[in-house]
Amino acid sequence: MFDFKIVTEWLHGALTGIMPEWAAILTESVLVALAVITLYAVFAIILIYMERKVCAFFQCRLGPNRVGKWGLLQVFCDVFKMLTKEIINLRNTDMFLHNLAPFLVVTASMVTFACLPWNRGAQMIDFNVGLFFILAASSVGVVGILLAGWSSNNKYSLIGAMRSGAQIISYELSIGMTMLTMICLTGTMSIQGIVEQQYAEGWNIFRGHIPAVIAFLIYLIAGNAECNRGPFDLPECESELTAGYHTEYSGMHFGYYYLAEYLNLFICAGIATLVFLGGWAPLHIAGLDGFNNVMDFIPGAVWFIGKTFFVVFLLMWMRWTFPRLRIDQILALEWKYLVPISMLNLVLMALLVAFGLHF
Amino acid sequence: METTETKTQVQAAAPATPKPAAVKPAPKPAAPTAPAENEVKPIEVEPSALRKEMERLKAEDMDFLECLTGVDWMEEGLGCIYTLTSTSTGKVVHVKTATLDRENPLLPSVSDLWAVANIYEREVFDFYGIRFTGHPDMRRVFLREDWVGYPFRKDDETEKNNPLRMTNEPLADDTEELVLNADGTVTSKRNTIFADGDYVVNIGPQHPSTHGVLHFRVALEGETIKKIDPILGYIHRGIEKIDESLTYPQTLALTDRMDYLGAMQNRHALCMCIEKALGVEVSDRVKVIRTMMDELQRIDSHILFFSCLAQDLGATTAFLYGFRDREKILDIFEETCGGRLILNYNTIGGVMHDLHPNFVPRVKELIPYLRNSLKELHALFTGNVIFQNRAKGVGVLTKEQAISYGCTGGTGRAAGWHNDLRKTRPYAAYDRVKFNEVVREGGDSFDRYMIRMDEILESLSILEQLVDNIPEGSIQEKMKPIIKVPEGTYYSAVEGSRGIFGVMLISKGDKSPYRLHYRSTGLPLVAAMDTLCSGSMLADLITIGGTVDYIVPDVDR
Amino acid sequence: MAITKKPVIKNIPYEEFKDNETFEKLVAELNQNGTNVIVSTLDDLINWGRSNSLWPLTFATSCCGIEFMAVCAARHDIARFGFEVTRNSPRQADVILVSGTITTKMAPVLKRLYDQMADPKYVVAVGGCAISGGPFTKSYHVVMGVDKIIPVDVYVPGCPPRPESFLYGMMQLQRKVKAENFFGTTNRKEKDPYEAEMETKNEQLLNQQEEA
Repeated sequence: MFDFKIVTEWLHGALTGIMPEWAAILTESVLVALAVITLYAVFAIILIYMERKVCAFFQCRLGPNRVGKWGLLQVFCDVFKMLTKEIINLRNTDMFLHNLAPFLVVTASMVTFACLPWNRGAQMIDFNVGLFFILAASSVGVVGILLAGWSSNNKYSLIGAMRSGAQIISYELSIGMTMLTMICLTGTMSIQGIVEQQYAEGWNIFRGHIPAVIAFLIYLIAGNAECNRGPFDLPECESELTAGYHTEYSGMHFGYYYLAEYLNLFICAGIATLVFLGGWAPLHIAGLDGFNNVMDFIPGAVWFIGKTFFVVFLLMWMRWTFPRLRIDQILALEWKYLVPISMLNLVLMALLVAFGLHF
Repeated sequence: METTETKTQVQAAAPATPKPAAVKPAPKPAAPTAPAENEVKPIEVEPSALRKEMERLKAEDMDFLECLTGVDWMEEGLGCIYTLTSTSTGKVVHVKTATLDRENPLLPSVSDLWAVANIYEREVFDFYGIRFTGHPDMRRVFLREDWVGYPFRKDDETEKNNPLRMTNEPLADDTEELVLNADGTVTSKRNTIFADGDYVVNIGPQHPSTHGVLHFRVALEGETIKKIDPILGYIHRGIEKIDESLTYPQTLALTDRMDYLGAMQNRHALCMCIEKALGVEVSDRVKVIRTMMDELQRIDSHILFFSCLAQDLGATTAFLYGFRDREKILDIFEETCGGRLILNYNTIGGVMHDLHPNFVPRVKELIPYLRNSLKELHALFTGNVIFQNRAKGVGVLTKEQAISYGCTGGTGRAAGWHNDLRKTRPYAAYDRVKFNEVVREGGDSFDRYMIRMDEILESLSILEQLVDNIPEGSIQEKMKPIIKVPEGTYYSAVEGSRGIFGVMLISKGDKSPYRLHYRSTGLPLVAAMDTLCSGSMLADLITIGGTVDYIVPDVDR
Repeated sequence: MAITKKPVIKNIPYEEFKDNETFEKLVAELNQNGTNVIVSTLDDLINWGRSNSLWPLTFATSCCGIEFMAVCAARHDIARFGFEVTRNSPRQADVILVSGTITTKMAPVLKRLYDQMADPKYVVAVGGCAISGGPFTKSYHVVMGVDKIIPVDVYVPGCPPRPESFLYGMMQLQRKVKAENFFGTTNRKEKDPYEAEMETKNEQLLNQQEEA
């Protein structure tokens, strides 16, 4: 498979040739940051367009089709609009926190975004507790949401934020538990390590069979809840709280929440791909060497993005089909069903690994 | 002094009848009926004796206060007409009372006998300034609290006293109760609506799921609702007052705009009332056409109910599926009536246009299509475990409460109250079709939802029976160019899309009505919201509001 | 400067729009002082974005609101134009479709909603009631047209208007947006009617005080 390290090493070599080591690393950091931000924006646009089209097709509609071929430029219009919209400053609010909150949300999702393994060697952050870092970084987002609700001085926002806090913190537990289950199987928390292992031995969802599938399903539910998307979109629950925690935000500040919502969806799907579906590892079927070789020719980035969008589609399907849950039902689902199941699942996985019953 | 002789037959839960093949032959055209068939001769009671009389009637099983009409008779005083119905025998009694005191009119309250009287009496206070002693909450209900005067009084200068106020509306946290002491003196007492420590959230007036501009002030305890105070009137257009200055054909135009999902039925009720007052018998063809249009409208309304409920609960896709099917019915309406929503179809003595040649084939196409797509809607939404969890056991209304609050239509039938006027007092062509009155026992949100979904099927079966049997005949009786209704009081009601829609017409023999009061189907439902929601979660307010299915312009009129 | 702004709406030629005279007058007014070439190109880009992404506020008081739902539904599908993202919070909406009667009790609420919206914002008066009071002109509790409270950009007549007229009205609004300038000038020449009234009242008060 193509190793992206070739590119990065070449770049590093070229840069150190013309400037001192520290300057080269600084330049690289800036380049990488630019790349992350660009990718972030590009994926946000793709996802928003995809959401609008997918939902339209689910609802026997056409969806945007006026700007550009098949309405492809629709999201660019929205971006121009959003950028030129007035940002309203409110009286009687905590201005500092109010302005800080959207940045916290967007930063959290950007940092998590940077952890995703795009290809062999194409990863910005990789160290031995990578998965742990992802979980930690993604939790910062909830602080932004709570701050938004608190600082808006609006009862809808406050209720939305409190719901969001309760919901995200609860579901974090399930996510942590499913991750633990999979770490039990992989034996490493390093992101590249997990993917390399899956490249060599097959995707985790096949390797860990029963407990892995259970963990995958729990992860999909909990991940959807983490992203505050339907049927778990209580914090911004339109029909009860108008727009929930971001009721008072306008212009680009609201745009950040909008962006972060879709990127969180992508990140959630990306982590599912990374942990369960082999990350950038292509599909290998033991014994069929010819098939495996063909699969290896497809670049890892295509595999990763393809698999992630498949999971995104699953999540969208869920969103546009189900009605919304009630807050007590959401918490009951988590604490009465998902947590006990994932605990048992962890034990099951531990036994599986201890007795070597996995592939 | 029993008054109306409306035929009543209380329908027991009819067993599921097999699909009827033949329709009873239409009765022979009746001889011109005596004029003023539905004229009501109310029992006249002095205000001092009213309380006793009402208690007697209540004890006599008159347990449903169908309608309460405030009237300004000028020299005969200010007063009310109470329309009482017995749910067991179907007997209807009208009671009239009036006080001559225009400065400080007082009447005894009956809000402890019938829960719905609470909001009806507030309405009368709002419009006529009659204050009710013993009423716990004597606030205005439709108009702003700083409104000057009482607009429905014939001598009130409303426009002069009330310029457009752009200040925010004052909302009181406490209210007045007048207590009638034993010695005849009246003392005033303050009642608290919301205490200082209550966490009050305003749901509305601009809120996506109040179905219009309704305003609930909700006191929350965490996510649990402690108390709801509905504030109405954001779409109060004073239709009843405007009607007093319009000629009879002109008044018809405004009924469509009240409950716009029951446009046909509303107008049907008013036309029926005026026709009966004039002694006009419409042709058989008109009766059948009106019945079919009413049923199409009912299906339209129930599908919209489904869509909006799904939307409110977050299932956007179901909303669009519902609207897809609704468009088919609108196509039928559009061909015959020319309109999609405001139809202007019924006229006094007939209907506006004859049926479009496409009407029959289109309806025949619609019936199997809708039966199929109903299955799809059920598969998409009804069976969903999330929906079932959110609707079952939520917002339970018992039968007694439903009757006391006057919650007719699907809401009452979900609680086990047989209140379908099409069965109890058949009108138009309903006596010659076979259908079941859908009744359930639970009274919760899920039952209310299922009632409406099942009613669509019943309506389809009514359409199926009538579509091949539309008799020939004229579509419009000959009417005088200027219609003058003989002096008297008239009342007639139809089964609207969401309950009993009644018209109380008081005529002094002019070309425009002296007083025209509509029994709104939604007002009792909104009045019952506090009872329905107390102790539920905030999210249940949306489910309950969606399933009781009120239309705000119909509530506010 | 000659009128150069002839906004193109997909599938409907410029000539087929009704009342082009008013529109041209508006364009002429907006471009009175002429515009810079670079700025006007940027303007065009931003206006292209803004006009194709007018997110409506979910605001409906009566019958017209149901027709608005029908416009959003499958047959008429407002999403084709990119308007389907209805926002429930006025802060995030671009256009308020006043669909239905506005009563005097609702008037301060509507005004407040309008004030809560972030600039640039637009108002479409949908239906007879919102335009002039419609069938309720005799009423004591109805505002005879929302333009008495807030400035209106497009009027969509009908009672209620058909979905097609909704869409046509939205296209007219798109044309108006496209004609505007984003940089440098103020677009809204007409004054907020309520504020104008208040100003005259204040002036009168001041004059009275001075005289006294």
